Amino acid sequence: MKFFFFSFINYKVLNDAARPWQIGFQDPATPIMEGIVNLHHDIIFFLIIIIIFVSWILFRTLFLFNSKTNPVAYNFSHGTFIELLWTLTPSLVLIGIAVPSFALLYSIDEIIDPAITIKAVGRQWYWSYEYSDYVNEENEFLAFHSYILPEEDLELGQFRLLEVDNRIIIPVNTHIRIIVTGADVIHSWAVPSLGVKCDAIPGRLNQISFFIKREGIYYGQCSEICGVNHGFMPIVIEAVSFDDYIRWVQNKILD
Amino acid sequence: MSDVVKLETAPRDPRFPSTNQTMTCWVRYLEWKRCQSKDGEDSDECKKLRRWAYAMCPIDWVERWEEQQQDGTFPGPKFE
Repeated sequence: MKFFFFSFINYKVLNDAARPWQIGFQDPATPIMEGIVNLHHDIIFFLIIIIIFVSWILFRTLFLFNSKTNPVAYNFSHGTFIELLWTLTPSLVLIGIAVPSFALLYSIDEIIDPAITIKAVGRQWYWSYEYSDYVNEENEFLAFHSYILPEEDLELGQFRLLEVDNRIIIPVNTHIRIIVTGADVIHSWAVPSLGVKCDAIPGRLNQISFFIKREGIYYGQCSEICGVNHGFMPIVIEAVSFDDYIRWVQNKILD
Repeated sequence: MSDVVKLETAPRDPRFPSTNQTMTCWVRYLEWKRCQSKDGEDSDECKKLRRWAYAMCPIDWVERWEEQQQDGTFPGPKFE
């Protein structure tokens, strides 16, 4: 590989797990999460303009119209023009936010014919995954439990409270359907980089779908308080190439 | 390589367009059972419906319903 002095400028490490004191988003890996991040940034841009404008008005009102500079108070009580202006402007702003927001909301709900269905079952306190599209010769389904790795088993570079013993393997550039449910109490299956969060409710099956655009390891956590070990049932997704996925499924079935 | 592992699953069902897919699972299971009683377990159609039922329903749920079918306590329709 050729070495360019400025090549580090284009080099970046994508952030798919929470960092200490993080206040921003994790890097998106699906079109949905890209949409969520963009909508957030667009709204924040206008929000800052509005904050500056409102602060400026408030500042002027407080400093220019106090009892020292205006000992005689103004005696009008109504102004039709200003009333119209400060009613209509916020309504237009809200409508302006609603349009892209609803477009995004409905695109999240859109289900495109999936290639793989994975079931995520929340249990106290671990996740079980079922890949029921695949069976072995004894007609058993590909299914496994995913437990947190205890701190003493962590290797260098692994995340505390985020690593599991069995990761979910998913191919990139494929439409995935996840059926989420709970076996005992309500849990919630959430992975920030993929832009998904779905309650796992006993007796009900919730469906979410996503399309991962890049290979990587994505971390998530149970997001509905579910008991004493709620904080110790993480979710880890490994997005791999299609060939690697097929190889993994074959090996799992042969096990 | 991929001739052993087929990349196919239950298709999107326009009868159930919402996030809640509980009814999809139930209906897919009953469709499989209806097919079994009509065409027999080994027909290609029933095998496909079985795959779709298992794709949409947790394994625990199907196993419980199968036990109830055998015990005669299944709460759904019975196909003779």
